[in-house]
Amino acid sequence: MSLLEIKDLHATVGEREILRGIDLTVNAGEVHAIMGPNGSGKSTLAQVLAGREIYAVTAGQVIYDGKDLLEMVPENRARAGIFLAFQYPVEIPGVSNMYFLKAALNTIRKNRGLEELDAFDFLNLVKEKMKLMEMDQTLLNRPVNTGFSGGEKKRNEIFQMAVLEPRLAILDETDSGLDIDALRTVAGGVNALRGPERAMIVVTHYQRLLNYIVPDFVHVLSEGRIVRSGGKELALQLEESGYAALGIEDEEEPVGKV
Amino acid sequence: MTAVAEQIGPWVNEFTRQSPAAPWLQQLRETAFRRFAELGFPTTHDEEWRFTNVASIARKDFPVALPNIAGAALDDVKPHLAKYAAFHQNPFVALNTAFLNRVAVFRVPAGTVLEEPIEITYEATREAAVHPRTLILIGANAQCTIVETYKGRGQYLTNAVTEILAGDGAVVDHYKVQQESASAWHIATLQAQLGRSTNFSSHSISLGGALVRNDAGVVLSEGAEATLNGLYIVNGTQHIDNHTVIDHAKPHGASHELYKGILDGSAHAVFNGRIIVRKDAQKTDSKQTNKNLVLSDDAVIDTKPELQILADDVRCTHGATIGQLDAESLFYLRSRGIGKAEARSLLTWAFAQDIVDRIKVQSLRDSLEGILFEKFHEHAH
Repeated sequence: MSLLEIKDLHATVGEREILRGIDLTVNAGEVHAIMGPNGSGKSTLAQVLAGREIYAVTAGQVIYDGKDLLEMVPENRARAGIFLAFQYPVEIPGVSNMYFLKAALNTIRKNRGLEELDAFDFLNLVKEKMKLMEMDQTLLNRPVNTGFSGGEKKRNEIFQMAVLEPRLAILDETDSGLDIDALRTVAGGVNALRGPERAMIVVTHYQRLLNYIVPDFVHVLSEGRIVRSGGKELALQLEESGYAALGIEDEEEPVGKV
Repeated sequence: MTAVAEQIGPWVNEFTRQSPAAPWLQQLRETAFRRFAELGFPTTHDEEWRFTNVASIARKDFPVALPNIAGAALDDVKPHLAKYAAFHQNPFVALNTAFLNRVAVFRVPAGTVLEEPIEITYEATREAAVHPRTLILIGANAQCTIVETYKGRGQYLTNAVTEILAGDGAVVDHYKVQQESASAWHIATLQAQLGRSTNFSSHSISLGGALVRNDAGVVLSEGAEATLNGLYIVNGTQHIDNHTVIDHAKPHGASHELYKGILDGSAHAVFNGRIIVRKDAQKTDSKQTNKNLVLSDDAVIDTKPELQILADDVRCTHGATIGQLDAESLFYLRSRGIGKAEARSLLTWAFAQDIVDRIKVQSLRDSLEGILFEKFHEHAH
């Protein structure tokens, strides 16, 4: 049985249909890259899978681990092992990173039938994962993402993923706003989490990230549909000839984001 | 009988029943009572009381009870008593002054640094009207912390007046924690007179009471700095009204004001922040912020800044926000496995945390964190 099966998924925001029939199957152990120009629906797909309520699913089906994913509220998806690394991680002043992550981890552990970690064990786990992400430990005591640089926010996402150990990780433009050193570190963190039990969906506009996180499959999204699928060489082909060679229009990068 | 006479009738009886006092004090009481009788209880036609209806107090026939504190000898403080909190405009201050009896008096001599906070706890134990009165006289360059707490059981009226005189260069950190019973009325006036280059901060934490009105006033001398922070949390049918007046009387003063409110149920909150910059008070720097988090459809907030600026070389800013919990933050927390109810309580707590973090008294901060934690978990489930 596949870990994730998406069938003819349609989703709208307001009046606008953004996903127009996505079909995708992801098995445990696989890394799938979703590429496509801006506005093609990549981020929407990521957010719909995580349960963002501003999108309405109008048709189709998503089966995750044998269950109807679309019936689950966001927290239950997370507890069942889905993790979304946000393109724009949210700043939450007043809630410490440490408190937040401990609450999240213990909720998820409880759901898996594991014991909750006490403060001591939690700190040890967190220190180990921070080292992996080359993160400054003082970030733990700061409010969630508040005053973090763009790079720190992205590291914090992958750090959370390392602590929460999801079964299906969805990385939404994790490379945007990262310089090459930060990109290497973040990719290193992601690669350390690859394993036969875990699947990943890596959403990206550029091929650059895929030099570091090498996918098993590449899918190209255009106007809400997957128009091409292939192996990692498809990404390289796109890098060389651009989306236009596939007959896909690439909109201009929006200014002011990240 | 006129409406006013009807309202004050029971108070006349209580007034005449008071034990006699020194002639000067008796005279002060009588002047104040006469003023109260002239003013009567305010109605919503009075601009200052537009959103706060005290008819339920006016209708009630309370016996008067003395506050649960040992009063100080008043002859020594005669020049200061009733000097800062004016009773000519405010009938509740007049009423409090008319019933001056046990007064909590604290003197901090010039140059003294008090390590431990001055703690005053008023606790109502009877169904009565209590008129707590506090006078704090702080000498030049002295430093102190004051914590006033109000609590009680049952249905009663607390009508409190606190006057603070801070000498030149004094550093004063004041806290008022209002935890009255759910059916109590709480009316309180704080008036602080600040000397040159004093640094004064007052934090008003308002949690209890059925109907609450706080008037906080500060008058700044040259180079003084005043901080007024407030946190009000209301639910059910609670009503809270915070009126503040920051009076920049002299140049080079600075004031910072941050009031935050959390409203649930069909609660009603009022914030009215007046900032006066007198003609003399050039180079004043003043900032006022009122932020409200509204958790339900039926809660109501009325917020109004009132700037009276008579000087021309000043910087005054103000802003007010009314909002709900941020949907993106909620989704972020939930996407990490935190349940919806817990995510809501966590974000609500975070909103309040901003004010709690500014409290410098560790024990007070700890106890407040405990109270807030329970409160928001209650909210959430």
